[in-house]
Amino acid sequence: MTDAEELRRRTGELLAAHPPATTGTLDFLRARFDAGLAWVHYPRGLGGLGAARSLQTVVDAELAAAGAPDNDPRRIGIGLGMAAPTLLRHGTEEQKRRFLRPLWTGEEVWCQLFSEPGAGSDLAALGTRAVRDGDTWVVGGQKVWTSSAHLARWAILIARTDPDLPKHQGITYFLCDMTDPGVEVRPLRQITGEAEFNEVFLTGVRIPDSHRLGDVGDGWRVARTTLMNERVSIGGMRLPREGGMIGPVARTWRERPELRTHDLHQRLLKLWVEAEVARLTGERLRQQLAAGQPGPEGSGMKLAFARLNQEISGLEVELRGGEGLLRDDWSMRRPELVDFTGRDAGYRYLRAKGNSIEGGTSEVLLNIVAERVLGLPAEPRTDKDVAWKDLAR
Amino acid sequence: MSALSPMSITSAEPDLLYSEEEEALRAAVRDLLTDHCAPADVIARAETDAPHDRALWKTLADGMGLAGLLVPEEHGGQGATHREAAVVLEELGRAVAPVPYLTSAVVATEALLACAGDDCAGLLSRLASGRAIGALAVGLHTAPGAFRAVRLESGLLHGELTGIADAAIADVLLVPAEDGALHAVDADDVTITPQVSLDLTRPLATISFDAVRGRRLGDAGPAVHRALRAGAGLLASEQLGLADWTLTETVRYLKERTQFNRPVGGFQALKHRLAQLWLEVAGLRAAARSAADALAREEDTDVAVAVAQAYAAPVAVHAAEEALQLHGGIGMTWEHPVHLYLKRAKADSIAYGTAGAHREALARLVGLEAP
Repeated sequence: MTDAEELRRRTGELLAAHPPATTGTLDFLRARFDAGLAWVHYPRGLGGLGAARSLQTVVDAELAAAGAPDNDPRRIGIGLGMAAPTLLRHGTEEQKRRFLRPLWTGEEVWCQLFSEPGAGSDLAALGTRAVRDGDTWVVGGQKVWTSSAHLARWAILIARTDPDLPKHQGITYFLCDMTDPGVEVRPLRQITGEAEFNEVFLTGVRIPDSHRLGDVGDGWRVARTTLMNERVSIGGMRLPREGGMIGPVARTWRERPELRTHDLHQRLLKLWVEAEVARLTGERLRQQLAAGQPGPEGSGMKLAFARLNQEISGLEVELRGGEGLLRDDWSMRRPELVDFTGRDAGYRYLRAKGNSIEGGTSEVLLNIVAERVLGLPAEPRTDKDVAWKDLAR
Repeated sequence: MSALSPMSITSAEPDLLYSEEEEALRAAVRDLLTDHCAPADVIARAETDAPHDRALWKTLADGMGLAGLLVPEEHGGQGATHREAAVVLEELGRAVAPVPYLTSAVVATEALLACAGDDCAGLLSRLASGRAIGALAVGLHTAPGAFRAVRLESGLLHGELTGIADAAIADVLLVPAEDGALHAVDADDVTITPQVSLDLTRPLATISFDAVRGRRLGDAGPAVHRALRAGAGLLASEQLGLADWTLTETVRYLKERTQFNRPVGGFQALKHRLAQLWLEVAGLRAAARSAADALAREEDTDVAVAVAQAYAAPVAVHAAEEALQLHGGIGMTWEHPVHLYLKRAKADSIAYGTAGAHREALARLVGLEAP
């Protein structure tokens, strides 16, 4: 078993062979991957050493101290957080060797072609079709809310391969080349004015069968690996007191006494308390995970932060009074990253509206808490045994 | 305090989990309460002249040594911390147990811990052993801060104090007087008149002082502040236990109860309300643990207590009110215990300061001053 000392030794060897000061970023990242120090819990040969996941912090700390470049994990978050664990679990050896290294180094950015205009919360109702033609699949349909699609080289894609089966059964999982003919990416402009997401139109896109992930018709099971990893990342940040959206409002309150009113004061204090309690709940969850006793609090963190972000940013717009009537800018931008604190209060207010929709609506998450945490009876299912083609749409 | 200092982060995050020892303590207290504190008995007792359960108190205090958790071993206590006391309070809240734990083993004990001297040490060990019950003679509604003092004439105490929790079974009263000192007064030397209280399980009483001699223990200001702050901070754990019981019971009931040929708990309108309550209770658990840990470590204590009390009361009341509503007609009956929980939750929302009072305190502590 690889322990912390072994990892420090290997990290030292990597730094000696590839001094960060004289090595290009990409060369260093490739060498780090090949040394098994990219994600230490991955298998040997695939960027890891089969070590405990928790030991990654040892490597990261050593490399950060040596001033080594990183792979900008926020920019390639979908690849790292969702595509990679799915590839690792369900991919062939060939697929893993082909895709994981450039994914981790950031040479190839990934996006996720899951949601559709008619399949959001009810994702398994998706209608994008993939029809077999010899050794390839011909794909047609429309996807939506696709972050990074305009930057991505590859996509994880789920499509319907058998409309005669019930909706969860006739789905297959593919790896889609975003440079292929028939893939068209259009920016989707949001209420903030910017286009953080895209619509993706797929017209006669040909995907080789070697880029199928998992068995034909088994795509929903594969997709669940992706979705579970999406949920793991939510609520994982460690925040200091006033570290979230409450921070900018509290600062404005302190710096601008002329804006204060008694009504706003009461609401601010109430939200300050709620933000601090949400922070403590997240901290408690992290302590549970670290102690090997995962608790159900994670199911609620996204719900809590969605509501708080909306209420706090709404209060902030009001606090600014006349300034709250103005915006910094409505111009259309295509940001690589969502920056909640870099823009003005109006931006935060509008963008936070998406917090209760993206990654599972609050309504769906409340059902999940009620059913999986409290054990209340599930919603009646009228679609379980009906062929997808016969479902209401 | 500068406006910037509240932005600084405490050096270490609080320990928000329960240790194995704390879980063992919880299990022992819960077992005892399951056997000796049935809701029907609490209801029946509440209507008598003696609403407190002295037999249960004797078992908790004498048999299990819980009254002395906060008292150092050299004074006959267990030398434990607020974290363990908080776990006991969670379980007592879950059972709405009619025992003077919060008032005697926490609030009166903390007041004595702030004083010094032989008289004080003797009282501490009597409270720790459960041989005596103590009550701080400050109205239960009082938040940490200002409090009433009784008149002092020629060295004797005069006047009347109302709303004193658990005074009816107290053996010794800790009384702040006009000379700025905290005085110990034997309950036999004053007239204690029970008041008709909203909370049947933590009844209030009026105390009349008619030229009574007290024994001076120490300065009242710091002693009362310390006592009320610990009371407010640990009350959050009682509120957590109470809220957790109402949620658990309501979920259980809604899985069993059918209407329209379905379990009522399967209706989405109700599922969402229960999920929301669960979220609030999860937050309350983190806030209550944070306050208990801060009291134990004496770090970041004022903020942690104010946050916990500003959050706890609305959650506990909401949980009890939802439990009543979701039990339907049976929730309105005297025979179902949910009313005991609602009465306790509503009284707790005033005890040791309202949520609003704690938010005001917080405004000063974290530099968010009023207009």
